[in-house]
Amino acid sequence: MEIFLQLLINGLMLGGTFAIISIGLTLIFGIVRVVNFAHGEFLMIAMYGVYLMNLQFGLHPYVAMLPMFFLMFALGAVMQRYIIQPLLSASDEIQIFATVGVSTALMNAGLMVFGADVYSVDMSSAVVGTGMTSIGSLTINNGQLMTFIVSILLIGALDWFLKYTFLGRAIRATAQHRDAALLMGVDVKKIYIIAFGLGAGCLGLAGGLMAPQYPVFPTVGTFFVLTAFIIVVLGGLGSLHGAFLGALIIGVVDSLAGYYIAPDLKEVVYFSIFIAILIFRPTGLFGAGRGSE
Amino acid sequence: MLKFNNVSAGYGGAEILRNVSLEVKEGEVVTIVGANGAGKTTSLRSLCGLIPLTSGSIEFQGQQINGLQPHEIVDRGITLVPEGRQLFPFITVRDNLLMGAYKKTARKDAEKRLEEVLELFPRVRERLGQYASQLSGGEQQMVAIGRGLMSQPKLLMFDEPSLGLSPLLVSQVFDIIRSIVQSGTTVLIVEQNIGHTLRLADRGYVLENGEVVVDGTGEQLLDDPHVKRAYLGL
Repeated sequence: MEIFLQLLINGLMLGGTFAIISIGLTLIFGIVRVVNFAHGEFLMIAMYGVYLMNLQFGLHPYVAMLPMFFLMFALGAVMQRYIIQPLLSASDEIQIFATVGVSTALMNAGLMVFGADVYSVDMSSAVVGTGMTSIGSLTINNGQLMTFIVSILLIGALDWFLKYTFLGRAIRATAQHRDAALLMGVDVKKIYIIAFGLGAGCLGLAGGLMAPQYPVFPTVGTFFVLTAFIIVVLGGLGSLHGAFLGALIIGVVDSLAGYYIAPDLKEVVYFSIFIAILIFRPTGLFGAGRGSE
Repeated sequence: MLKFNNVSAGYGGAEILRNVSLEVKEGEVVTIVGANGAGKTTSLRSLCGLIPLTSGSIEFQGQQINGLQPHEIVDRGITLVPEGRQLFPFITVRDNLLMGAYKKTARKDAEKRLEEVLELFPRVRERLGQYASQLSGGEQQMVAIGRGLMSQPKLLMFDEPSLGLSPLLVSQVFDIIRSIVQSGTTVLIVEQNIGHTLRLADRGYVLENGEVVVDGTGEQLLDDPHVKRAYLGL
């Protein structure tokens, strides 16, 4: 029982990390209706950025994630404005190829600049984000706990922004009915740029939060982003709450299946869940269909 | 206030509007009537900046507005209540209405404006927290009109406001449009429900195959032998 509880906690904490990566992906998909295959490489850039800020200026990753949010926002905005926007009226495959192209280019750019070496942020002198907290016989990784808490706060903040501000309402309206939003005086292109920027900006936070636990290398993105895609589909494309719940489910499945079945087979388990969802509930757990967020 | 000067427009090479000239003066109710496919909706869409003109120009308050982005046209005070309501289905009625006040100049007074709109549509008040897609067709039309009013437009346009409504609701919708007109808003209506519309309008234009074939005051058009024969079945 104790082992089960520990596994459950590990799973939920891992889910927090998955959540912070998936939020941006589902945001971009839900609003711009583009599947951003470069999401993983954006994460890689954010992680390198946090690593460099720590190396050069000695910034704690939790501090570095704030400027990184804005840098990633800018990167996302540029990607939308100059790569996706010219392709908005093109077919879906063209947009997918474009984001896959960006993904490959960025991955190789990372390889060119940093080489294939694995770098970790030096946390030896850091006060927060390291070590473990014990509750009875159970332990929680402090860095993961922080990630978990921030992902909840981020969803709360995004929720508030989307519900109670004119810009946020316009973002939801545009996602649901682009033409009607145009008629309300919404500059739809600007909305897409902001939405893509926000989605990428979330990865800036992810880069900082993950730095204490995960090293960075050029292909680090692929390591996480496939899982993020499963989570986003599981939660219902475009649903923030769905993505969070999906992340927790996949985190727990990862943790339990890794122990009770076999570490090598945990992907098999959550891909089976993924396929089952596609067959029995293709709109995902929280999705009510297209544009419901 | 609004002028179409020899406007031609269409989709992908097919010209739908041909050389249309028309005018709406401040405080007037003007209608564009005609059969399905005559180019009524196209004329509104080109006015809103949703489709480009192939020739001619559109002026609003003395300034050329064709070529502007749709949001810039809304900023100038032109709002369309579109055909088929086009509400945002999965956001609340309240948020739908507030979306109407998205343009910067309307945001400040949005809450006050919302109260005024709700006084005009008491039924909508009970539905504020529901998704727009959960409303009946008549209620949706009220929300669509309310959303249009939220932008405090100088010129409010209606595209087929009676479409898909029961005769009782059609009368209600026209009563509401009448009260909007009395409050001083200039109105342009596009309709297939010609009898109702011409009785409400100061002036009207009859479109056939993308061209204006007859124009005149509402009464003149109701008496026009061609209009009587072709549209009123008399």
